[in-house]
Amino acid sequence: MQQLKRVVVTGIGALTPIGNTSEDYWNNLSKGVSGAAPITRFDAEKFKTRFACEVKNYDPLDHFDRKEARKMDLFTQFAQIVSAEAMADSGLDIEKINVDRAGVIWGSGIGGLRSLQDEVIDFTEGGHTPRFNPFFIPKMIADIAPGLISIKYGFRGPNFTTVSACASGTNAIIDSFNYLRLGMADVFITGGSEAAVCQAGIGGFNALKALSERNDSPETASRPFDRERDGFVLGEGAAGLILEEYEHAKARGAKIYAELIGGGMSADAHHMTAPHPEGLGAKNVMINAINDAGIDKTEVDYINVHGTSTPLGDLSEALAIKDVFGEHAYNLNISSTKSMTGHLLGAAGAIEAAACILAIQNQMVPPTINHSGDDEKFDAKLNFTFNKAQEREINVAVSNTFGFGGHNTSIIFKKFEE
Amino acid sequence: MSDIAQKVKSIIIDKLGVEESEVSAEASFTNDLGADSLDTVELIMEFEKEFNISIPDDQAENIGTVGQAISYLEENAK
Repeated sequence: MQQLKRVVVTGIGALTPIGNTSEDYWNNLSKGVSGAAPITRFDAEKFKTRFACEVKNYDPLDHFDRKEARKMDLFTQFAQIVSAEAMADSGLDIEKINVDRAGVIWGSGIGGLRSLQDEVIDFTEGGHTPRFNPFFIPKMIADIAPGLISIKYGFRGPNFTTVSACASGTNAIIDSFNYLRLGMADVFITGGSEAAVCQAGIGGFNALKALSERNDSPETASRPFDRERDGFVLGEGAAGLILEEYEHAKARGAKIYAELIGGGMSADAHHMTAPHPEGLGAKNVMINAINDAGIDKTEVDYINVHGTSTPLGDLSEALAIKDVFGEHAYNLNISSTKSMTGHLLGAAGAIEAAACILAIQNQMVPPTINHSGDDEKFDAKLNFTFNKAQEREINVAVSNTFGFGGHNTSIIFKKFEE
Repeated sequence: MSDIAQKVKSIIIDKLGVEESEVSAEASFTNDLGADSLDTVELIMEFEKEFNISIPDDQAENIGTVGQAISYLEENAK
Protein backbone atom coordinates (compact mmCIF):
# COMPACT_ATOMS: atom_id res chain seq x y z
CA MET A 1 0.00 0.00 0.00
CA GLN A 2 1.21 3.46 -0.83
CA GLN A 3 2.21 5.80 1.98
CA LEU A 4 -0.61 8.07 3.13
CA LYS A 5 -0.10 11.73 2.33
CA ARG A 6 -0.03 14.52 4.91
CA VAL A 7 -2.95 16.98 5.09
CA VAL A 8 -2.74 20.57 6.27
CA VAL A 9 -5.14 23.44 6.91
CA THR A 10 -4.38 26.46 4.73
CA GLY A 11 -7.50 28.62 5.08
CA ILE A 12 -10.26 29.39 7.59
CA GLY A 13 -13.59 31.20 7.30
CA ALA A 14 -16.22 31.60 10.02
CA LEU A 15 -19.64 33.17 10.41
CA THR A 16 -20.84 32.51 13.94
CA PRO A 17 -23.12 33.88 16.66
CA ILE A 18 -20.06 35.53 18.25
CA GLY A 19 -18.22 36.83 15.19
CA ASN A 20 -18.77 37.15 11.45
CA THR A 21 -15.16 36.45 10.42
CA SER A 22 -12.66 33.93 11.73
CA GLU A 23 -10.71 36.76 13.37
CA ASP A 24 -13.75 38.11 15.25
CA TYR A 25 -14.79 34.57 16.12
CA TRP A 26 -11.44 33.85 17.78
CA ASN A 27 -11.33 37.20 19.58
CA ASN A 28 -14.71 36.58 21.17
CA LEU A 29 -13.98 32.92 21.89
CA SER A 30 -10.88 33.89 23.82
CA LYS A 31 -12.77 36.63 25.67
CA GLY A 32 -15.61 34.32 26.68
CA VAL A 33 -18.44 36.19 24.93
CA SER A 34 -21.92 34.64 24.79
CA GLY A 35 -23.82 34.71 21.49
CA ALA A 36 -27.24 34.00 23.00
CA ALA A 37 -30.10 36.51 22.84
CA PRO A 38 -33.87 36.63 22.30
CA ILE A 39 -34.91 35.19 18.92
CA THR A 40 -35.33 37.76 16.14
CA ARG A 41 -35.92 35.47 13.16
CA PHE A 42 -39.57 34.84 14.05
CA ASP A 43 -42.07 35.68 16.77
CA ALA A 44 -41.20 33.12 19.44
CA GLU A 45 -43.63 34.34 22.08
CA LYS A 46 -45.57 31.08 22.32
CA PHE A 47 -42.51 28.82 22.34
CA LYS A 48 -41.02 27.24 25.46
CA THR A 49 -37.61 28.51 24.38
CA ARG A 50 -37.54 32.10 23.15
CA PHE A 51 -33.81 32.64 22.67
CA ALA A 52 -31.05 31.28 20.48
CA CYS A 53 -27.53 32.01 19.26
CA GLU A 54 -28.24 33.81 15.98
CA VAL A 55 -25.69 35.30 13.61
CA LYS A 56 -25.72 39.06 14.29
CA ASN A 57 -25.85 42.04 11.89
CA TYR A 58 -26.52 39.78 8.94
CA ASP A 59 -27.81 41.22 5.69
CA PRO A 60 -27.65 38.81 2.73
CA LEU A 61 -27.43 41.82 0.38
CA ASP A 62 -23.98 42.60 1.80
CA HIS A 63 -22.87 39.36 0.11
CA PHE A 64 -25.27 38.53 -2.74
CA ASP A 65 -27.51 40.34 -5.19
CA ARG A 66 -31.21 40.06 -4.49
CA LYS A 67 -31.95 37.44 -7.11
CA GLU A 68 -29.07 35.25 -5.96
CA ALA A 69 -30.00 35.59 -2.27
CA ARG A 70 -33.62 34.62 -2.88
CA LYS A 71 -32.60 31.29 -4.41
CA MET A 72 -30.53 30.21 -1.42
CA ASP A 73 -31.67 29.08 1.99
CA LEU A 74 -29.78 30.77 4.81
CA PHE A 75 -27.64 27.66 5.42
CA THR A 76 -26.38 27.89 1.82
CA GLN A 77 -25.74 31.63 2.07
CA PHE A 78 -23.66 30.97 5.21
CA ALA A 79 -21.76 28.21 3.36
CA GLN A 80 -20.91 30.52 0.45
CA ILE A 81 -19.72 33.31 2.76
CA VAL A 82 -17.35 31.18 4.86
CA SER A 83 -16.04 29.40 1.76
CA ALA A 84 -15.19 32.76 0.21
CA GLU A 85 -13.37 33.86 3.39
CA ALA A 86 -11.45 30.57 3.61
CA MET A 87 -10.53 30.67 -0.10
CA ALA A 88 -9.27 34.25 0.14
CA ASP A 89 -7.38 33.38 3.34
CA SER A 90 -5.69 30.40 1.66
CA GLY A 91 -4.42 32.44 -1.28
CA LEU A 92 -5.38 29.58 -3.63
CA ASP A 93 -5.38 30.73 -7.24
CA ILE A 94 -8.02 28.73 -9.12
CA GLU A 95 -6.25 29.51 -12.39
CA LYS A 96 -3.17 27.66 -11.17
CA ILE A 97 -4.59 24.50 -9.59
CA ASN A 98 -6.04 21.39 -11.18
CA VAL A 99 -9.75 21.94 -10.56
CA ASP A 100 -10.50 18.32 -11.43
CA ARG A 101 -8.63 17.43 -8.23
CA ALA A 102 -10.33 20.09 -6.10
CA GLY A 103 -13.48 19.10 -4.23
CA VAL A 104 -16.11 20.33 -1.82
CA ILE A 105 -17.46 18.18 1.02
CA TRP A 106 -19.88 19.99 3.29
CA GLY A 107 -21.76 19.10 6.46
CA SER A 108 -25.30 20.07 7.30
CA GLY A 109 -27.50 18.25 9.77
CA ILE A 110 -30.81 19.49 8.40
CA GLY A 111 -30.35 21.60 5.26
CA GLY A 112 -32.98 24.18 4.32
CA LEU A 113 -35.42 23.66 7.18
CA ARG A 114 -36.79 27.20 6.94
CA SER A 115 -37.40 26.82 3.20
CA LEU A 116 -39.19 23.52 3.77
CA GLN A 117 -41.32 25.03 6.51
CA ASP A 118 -42.25 28.16 4.56
CA GLU A 119 -43.15 26.31 1.36
CA VAL A 120 -45.38 23.86 3.19
CA ILE A 121 -47.10 26.75 4.96
CA ASP A 122 -47.61 28.44 1.57
CA PHE A 123 -49.08 25.23 0.21
CA THR A 124 -51.56 24.75 3.03
CA GLU A 125 -52.58 28.40 2.99
CA GLY A 126 -52.97 28.37 -0.79
CA GLY A 127 -56.09 26.20 -0.86
CA HIS A 128 -53.95 23.10 -1.44
CA THR A 129 -53.33 23.94 -5.11
CA PRO A 130 -50.51 21.60 -5.98
CA ARG A 131 -48.17 24.44 -6.92
CA PHE A 132 -44.76 24.62 -5.33
CA ASN A 133 -42.05 27.13 -6.02
CA PRO A 134 -39.53 25.67 -8.50
CA PHE A 135 -36.72 26.65 -6.14
CA PHE A 136 -38.29 24.82 -3.20
CA ILE A 137 -36.43 21.52 -3.66
CA PRO A 138 -33.06 22.95 -4.75
CA LYS A 139 -33.15 25.44 -1.86
CA MET A 140 -34.04 22.84 0.73
CA ILE A 141 -31.79 19.86 -0.09
CA ALA A 142 -28.76 19.62 2.16
CA ASP A 143 -26.34 18.93 -0.70
CA ILE A 144 -27.04 22.19 -2.51
CA ALA A 145 -24.41 24.07 -0.48
CA PRO A 146 -21.38 22.18 -1.86
CA GLY A 147 -23.04 22.15 -5.28
CA LEU A 148 -23.20 25.94 -5.38
CA ILE A 149 -19.70 26.31 -3.92
CA SER A 150 -18.34 24.11 -6.72
CA ILE A 151 -20.13 26.24 -9.31
CA LYS A 152 -18.58 29.40 -7.86
CA TYR A 153 -14.98 28.11 -7.96
CA GLY A 154 -15.24 25.58 -10.78
CA PHE A 155 -14.08 22.73 -8.50
CA ARG A 156 -14.84 19.52 -10.39
CA GLY A 157 -13.60 16.94 -7.86
CA PRO A 158 -15.64 14.99 -5.27
CA ASN A 159 -18.70 16.91 -4.16
CA PHE A 160 -21.36 15.98 -1.60
CA THR A 161 -22.87 16.68 1.79
CA THR A 162 -22.46 14.55 4.87
CA VAL A 163 -25.55 14.21 7.07
CA SER A 164 -25.03 12.81 10.56
CA ALA A 165 -26.93 15.35 12.67
CA CYS A 166 -24.55 17.19 14.98
CA ALA A 167 -21.55 15.22 13.73
CA SER A 168 -22.08 16.27 10.08
CA GLY A 169 -19.37 18.95 9.96
CA THR A 170 -16.75 16.63 11.39
CA ASN A 171 -17.76 13.85 9.00
CA ALA A 172 -17.24 16.26 6.10
CA ILE A 173 -13.74 17.09 7.36
CA ILE A 174 -12.87 13.40 7.87
CA ASP A 175 -14.07 12.50 4.37
CA SER A 176 -12.02 15.33 2.84
CA PHE A 177 -9.02 14.22 4.90
CA ASN A 178 -9.38 10.65 3.64
CA TYR A 179 -9.56 11.58 -0.06
CA LEU A 180 -6.53 13.85 0.36
CA ARG A 181 -4.36 11.37 2.21
CA LEU A 182 -5.24 8.63 -0.27
CA GLY A 183 -3.97 10.93 -3.01
CA MET A 184 -7.39 11.15 -4.68
CA ALA A 185 -7.51 14.96 -4.61
CA ASP A 186 -5.25 17.98 -3.95
CA VAL A 187 -7.53 20.37 -2.13
CA PHE A 188 -10.95 20.57 -0.49
CA ILE A 189 -13.24 23.28 0.66
CA THR A 190 -14.88 21.62 3.64
CA GLY A 191 -16.81 22.58 6.75
CA GLY A 192 -20.46 22.90 7.62
CA SER A 193 -23.37 25.25 7.95
CA GLU A 194 -26.74 25.27 9.66
CA ALA A 195 -29.64 27.69 9.92
CA ALA A 196 -32.42 26.03 11.88
CA VAL A 197 -33.56 28.94 14.05
CA CYS A 198 -37.15 28.86 12.79
CA GLN A 199 -40.45 27.67 14.22
CA ALA A 200 -39.88 24.07 13.09
CA GLY A 201 -36.36 24.01 14.56
CA ILE A 202 -37.14 25.52 17.94
CA GLY A 203 -40.50 23.74 18.25
CA GLY A 204 -39.01 20.43 17.18
CA PHE A 205 -36.13 20.52 19.63
CA ASN A 206 -38.44 21.81 22.38
CA ALA A 207 -40.62 18.74 21.85
CA LEU A 208 -37.54 16.59 22.47
CA LYS A 209 -36.91 18.54 25.70
CA ALA A 210 -33.43 19.14 24.37
CA LEU A 211 -33.29 22.94 24.62
CA SER A 212 -32.57 25.14 27.61
CA GLU A 213 -35.63 27.08 28.72
CA ARG A 214 -33.72 29.69 30.70
CA ASN A 215 -35.63 32.55 29.02
CA ASP A 216 -34.87 35.05 31.78
CA SER A 217 -31.12 34.82 31.13
CA PRO A 218 -30.28 33.68 27.59
CA GLU A 219 -26.60 34.60 27.81
CA THR A 220 -26.03 32.24 30.77
CA ALA A 221 -28.22 29.40 29.44
CA SER A 222 -25.50 27.40 27.68
CA ARG A 223 -23.51 26.13 30.66
CA PRO A 224 -21.88 22.79 29.86
CA PHE A 225 -20.74 20.79 32.92
CA ASP A 226 -22.45 23.22 35.29
CA ARG A 227 -24.65 21.99 38.13
CA GLU A 228 -27.66 23.85 36.72
CA ARG A 229 -27.36 23.00 33.02
CA ASP A 230 -30.79 22.40 31.49
CA GLY A 231 -30.29 21.75 27.79
CA PHE A 232 -28.57 23.19 24.74
CA VAL A 233 -29.02 26.56 23.07
CA LEU A 234 -29.70 26.37 19.35
CA GLY A 235 -27.12 28.21 17.26
CA GLU A 236 -26.73 29.01 13.58
CA GLY A 237 -23.78 29.80 11.33
CA ALA A 238 -20.93 28.13 9.52
CA ALA A 239 -17.22 27.58 9.21
CA GLY A 240 -15.17 26.59 6.20
CA LEU A 241 -11.67 25.14 6.01
CA ILE A 242 -9.28 24.73 3.13
CA LEU A 243 -7.67 21.31 3.52
CA GLU A 244 -4.74 20.66 1.27
CA GLU A 245 -2.30 17.86 0.58
CA TYR A 246 0.94 19.00 2.20
CA GLU A 247 3.23 18.88 -0.87
CA HIS A 248 0.61 20.82 -2.84
CA ALA A 249 0.48 23.50 -0.15
CA LYS A 250 4.25 23.59 0.18
CA ALA A 251 4.80 23.92 -3.57
CA ARG A 252 2.75 27.10 -3.70
CA GLY A 253 4.27 28.50 -0.50
CA ALA A 254 0.97 28.46 1.40
CA LYS A 255 0.57 29.63 4.97
CA ILE A 256 -0.09 26.51 7.07
CA TYR A 257 -2.28 26.78 10.16
CA ALA A 258 -2.02 23.21 11.44
CA GLU A 259 -1.85 19.60 10.34
CA LEU A 260 -4.88 17.31 10.44
CA ILE A 261 -3.43 14.04 11.73
CA GLY A 262 -6.36 11.77 12.54
CA GLY A 263 -10.06 11.11 12.40
CA GLY A 264 -12.28 8.59 14.13
CA MET A 265 -15.87 7.48 13.75
CA SER A 266 -18.14 5.23 15.77
CA ALA A 267 -21.79 4.55 16.53
CA ASP A 268 -23.47 4.13 19.90
CA ALA A 269 -25.94 1.54 18.55
CA HIS A 270 -28.03 2.42 21.57
CA HIS A 271 -30.87 5.00 21.28
CA MET A 272 -32.37 7.49 18.78
CA THR A 273 -31.48 10.60 20.75
CA ALA A 274 -29.94 9.67 24.10
CA PRO A 275 -26.20 9.08 24.40
CA HIS A 276 -24.88 5.77 25.69
CA PRO A 277 -24.97 6.18 29.50
CA GLU A 278 -21.34 5.19 30.00
CA GLY A 279 -20.22 7.04 26.87
CA LEU A 280 -19.23 3.86 25.04
CA GLY A 281 -19.45 5.39 21.56
CA ALA A 282 -17.66 8.54 22.72
CA LYS A 283 -14.89 6.45 24.23
CA ASN A 284 -14.47 4.35 21.09
CA VAL A 285 -14.40 7.34 18.78
CA MET A 286 -11.60 9.08 20.68
CA ILE A 287 -9.58 5.85 20.74
CA ASN A 288 -10.17 5.42 17.00
CA ALA A 289 -8.99 8.94 16.27
CA ILE A 290 -5.88 8.62 18.46
CA ASN A 291 -4.98 5.30 16.81
CA ASP A 292 -5.57 6.77 13.37
CA ALA A 293 -3.27 9.68 14.19
CA GLY A 294 -0.60 7.27 15.39
CA ILE A 295 0.09 9.29 18.54
CA ASP A 296 0.16 8.36 22.18
CA LYS A 297 -2.84 9.60 24.18
CA THR A 298 -0.48 11.48 26.49
CA GLU A 299 0.42 13.78 23.58
CA VAL A 300 -3.09 15.32 23.61
CA ASP A 301 -3.21 18.77 25.23
CA TYR A 302 -6.69 20.07 24.56
CA ILE A 303 -10.12 18.55 23.89
CA ASN A 304 -12.83 20.75 22.44
CA VAL A 305 -15.70 18.58 23.63
CA HIS A 306 -19.15 18.07 22.20
CA GLY A 307 -20.45 19.26 25.62
CA THR A 308 -23.83 20.67 24.62
CA SER A 309 -25.02 21.52 28.16
CA THR A 310 -27.52 18.68 28.42
CA PRO A 311 -27.67 16.73 31.70
CA LEU A 312 -26.93 13.31 30.16
CA GLY A 313 -24.63 14.17 27.26
CA ASP A 314 -22.07 16.12 29.28
CA LEU A 315 -21.86 13.37 31.84
CA SER A 316 -21.29 10.51 29.42
CA GLU A 317 -18.62 12.47 27.52
CA ALA A 318 -16.72 13.28 30.74
CA LEU A 319 -16.83 9.59 31.74
CA ALA A 320 -15.53 8.64 28.30
CA ILE A 321 -12.61 11.08 28.58
CA LYS A 322 -11.58 9.59 31.92
CA ASP A 323 -11.88 6.13 30.48
CA VAL A 324 -9.75 6.91 27.44
CA PHE A 325 -7.06 9.05 29.03
CA GLY A 326 -6.75 7.62 32.55
CA GLU A 327 -4.39 9.74 34.66
CA HIS A 328 -3.55 11.95 31.66
CA ALA A 329 -7.17 13.21 31.76
CA TYR A 330 -6.08 15.51 34.60
CA ASN A 331 -3.36 17.10 32.47
CA LEU A 332 -5.77 17.97 29.67
CA ASN A 333 -7.52 21.23 29.10
CA ILE A 334 -11.15 20.49 28.25
CA SER A 335 -13.58 23.13 27.05
CA SER A 336 -16.97 23.42 25.42
CA THR A 337 -17.08 26.46 23.17
CA LYS A 338 -20.80 25.77 22.79
CA SER A 339 -21.08 27.69 26.07
CA MET A 340 -20.47 30.77 23.86
CA THR A 341 -21.68 29.83 20.37
CA GLY A 342 -24.63 27.62 21.28
CA HIS A 343 -25.04 24.38 19.39
CA LEU A 344 -24.76 24.78 15.61
CA LEU A 345 -25.86 21.18 14.90
CA GLY A 346 -24.30 20.13 11.59
CA ALA A 347 -22.00 23.16 11.63
CA ALA A 348 -20.75 22.47 15.17
CA GLY A 349 -17.91 20.24 13.97
CA ALA A 350 -16.80 22.92 11.52
CA ILE A 351 -16.72 25.89 13.91
CA GLU A 352 -15.15 23.74 16.62
CA ALA A 353 -12.47 22.45 14.26
CA ALA A 354 -11.74 26.12 13.54
CA ALA A 355 -11.62 26.77 17.31
CA CYS A 356 -9.06 23.97 17.77
CA ILE A 357 -6.87 25.25 14.92
CA LEU A 358 -7.01 28.81 16.25
CA ALA A 359 -6.29 27.54 19.77
CA ILE A 360 -3.12 25.89 18.44
CA GLN A 361 -2.19 29.08 16.54
CA ASN A 362 -2.68 31.25 19.61
CA GLN A 363 -1.52 28.69 22.21
CA MET A 364 -4.61 29.48 24.21
CA VAL A 365 -7.59 27.38 25.31
CA PRO A 366 -10.95 29.13 24.93
CA PRO A 367 -13.12 28.78 28.03
CA THR A 368 -16.31 26.98 29.04
CA ILE A 369 -18.27 30.01 30.24
CA ASN A 370 -21.26 30.33 32.58
CA HIS A 371 -19.92 28.06 35.28
CA SER A 372 -21.71 28.88 38.53
CA GLY A 373 -21.41 25.70 40.57
CA ASP A 374 -19.80 22.28 40.40
CA ASP A 375 -21.87 19.22 39.67
CA GLU A 376 -20.56 16.52 41.99
CA LYS A 377 -21.12 13.92 39.28
CA PHE A 378 -17.99 15.20 37.51
CA ASP A 379 -14.48 14.43 38.70
CA ALA A 380 -13.35 17.72 40.27
CA LYS A 381 -9.78 17.11 39.10
CA LEU A 382 -10.76 17.49 35.42
CA ASN A 383 -9.88 20.94 34.04
CA PHE A 384 -12.92 22.20 32.12
CA THR A 385 -11.34 25.64 31.56
CA PHE A 386 -14.25 27.27 33.35
CA ASN A 387 -15.07 30.93 32.71
CA LYS A 388 -11.66 32.19 31.56
CA ALA A 389 -9.35 31.28 28.68
CA GLN A 390 -6.08 29.62 29.70
CA GLU A 391 -2.73 30.06 28.01
CA ARG A 392 -0.86 26.81 27.60
CA GLU A 393 1.31 24.93 25.19
CA ILE A 394 -1.01 23.22 22.72
CA ASN A 395 0.64 20.81 20.36
CA VAL A 396 -2.29 18.45 19.81
CA ALA A 397 -6.01 19.32 19.96
CA VAL A 398 -8.98 16.98 19.63
CA SER A 399 -12.50 17.98 18.55
CA ASN A 400 -15.42 15.70 19.45
CA THR A 401 -18.91 15.87 17.95
CA PHE A 402 -21.78 13.46 18.47
CA GLY A 403 -25.12 13.37 16.67
CA PHE A 404 -28.68 12.15 17.17
CA GLY A 405 -28.78 8.63 15.83
CA GLY A 406 -25.71 7.78 17.87
CA HIS A 407 -23.10 9.03 15.34
CA ASN A 408 -19.76 9.94 16.92
CA THR A 409 -16.83 11.68 15.27
CA SER A 410 -13.50 12.91 16.54
CA ILE A 411 -10.64 14.67 14.74
CA ILE A 412 -7.14 15.59 15.79
CA PHE A 413 -5.12 18.64 14.76
CA LYS A 414 -1.43 19.11 15.45
CA LYS A 415 0.81 22.14 15.46
CA PHE A 416 2.53 22.12 12.09
CA GLU A 417 6.17 21.07 11.83
CA GLU A 418 8.01 20.42 8.55
CA MET B 1 -50.44 51.83 -17.62
CA SER B 2 -53.13 49.53 -16.25
CA ASP B 3 -53.06 48.29 -12.67
CA ILE B 4 -52.36 44.82 -13.99
CA ALA B 5 -49.39 45.99 -16.05
CA GLN B 6 -47.97 47.80 -13.04
CA LYS B 7 -48.29 44.70 -10.83
CA VAL B 8 -46.78 42.45 -13.49
CA LYS B 9 -43.80 44.73 -13.86
CA SER B 10 -43.16 44.95 -10.14
CA ILE B 11 -43.27 41.14 -9.82
CA ILE B 12 -40.72 40.85 -12.64
CA ILE B 13 -38.46 43.49 -11.09
CA ASP B 14 -38.63 41.75 -7.73
CA LYS B 15 -38.15 38.16 -8.88
CA LEU B 16 -35.56 38.71 -11.59
CA GLY B 17 -33.69 41.49 -9.79
CA VAL B 18 -33.76 43.80 -12.83
CA GLU B 19 -34.17 47.57 -13.23
CA GLU B 20 -37.54 49.07 -14.12
CA SER B 21 -36.05 50.57 -17.30
CA GLU B 22 -35.23 47.09 -18.61
CA VAL B 23 -38.80 45.85 -18.27
CA SER B 24 -40.16 46.93 -21.69
CA ALA B 25 -43.12 45.19 -23.34
CA GLU B 26 -40.83 43.45 -25.84
CA ALA B 27 -38.33 42.23 -23.22
CA SER B 28 -38.02 38.44 -23.17
CA PHE B 29 -37.66 36.83 -19.74
CA THR B 30 -34.91 34.49 -20.86
CA ASN B 31 -33.12 36.46 -23.60
CA ASP B 32 -33.24 39.97 -22.13
CA LEU B 33 -33.92 39.69 -18.40
CA GLY B 34 -31.55 36.86 -17.44
CA ALA B 35 -34.18 34.33 -16.38
CA ASP B 36 -33.49 30.60 -16.56
CA SER B 37 -36.20 27.97 -16.91
CA LEU B 38 -36.79 27.78 -13.15
CA ASP B 39 -37.12 31.57 -12.90
CA THR B 40 -39.76 31.49 -15.62
CA VAL B 41 -41.79 28.85 -13.77
CA GLU B 42 -41.54 30.94 -10.63
CA LEU B 43 -42.76 34.05 -12.44
CA ILE B 44 -45.84 32.23 -13.71
CA MET B 45 -46.50 31.03 -10.16
CA GLU B 46 -46.25 34.55 -8.82
CA PHE B 47 -48.72 35.78 -11.45
CA GLU B 48 -51.12 33.04 -10.42
CA LYS B 49 -50.80 33.99 -6.78
CA GLU B 50 -51.10 37.74 -7.34
CA PHE B 51 -54.10 37.51 -9.67
CA ASN B 52 -55.69 34.46 -8.06
CA ILE B 53 -55.96 32.44 -11.26
CA SER B 54 -54.60 29.17 -12.56
CA ILE B 55 -52.52 29.33 -15.75
CA PRO B 56 -52.47 25.96 -17.55
CA ASP B 57 -49.01 24.78 -18.60
CA ASP B 58 -49.79 24.89 -22.35
CA GLN B 59 -50.73 28.55 -22.02
CA ALA B 60 -47.81 29.35 -19.70
CA GLU B 61 -45.49 28.22 -22.50
CA ASN B 62 -46.71 31.11 -24.63
CA ILE B 63 -45.85 33.73 -22.02
CA GLY B 64 -42.26 34.61 -22.82
CA THR B 65 -42.17 38.40 -22.76
CA VAL B 66 -43.37 41.15 -20.47
CA GLY B 67 -46.01 42.19 -23.01
CA GLN B 68 -47.32 38.64 -23.42
CA ALA B 69 -47.70 38.34 -19.65
CA ILE B 70 -49.57 41.63 -19.40
CA SER B 71 -51.99 40.87 -22.20
CA TYR B 72 -52.65 37.31 -20.97
CA LEU B 73 -53.42 38.59 -17.50
CA GLU B 74 -55.53 41.51 -18.73
CA GLU B 75 -57.67 39.01 -20.60
CA ASN B 76 -57.84 36.31 -17.95
CA ALA B 77 -57.50 37.92 -14.52
CA LYS B 78 -60.79 38.53 -12.74
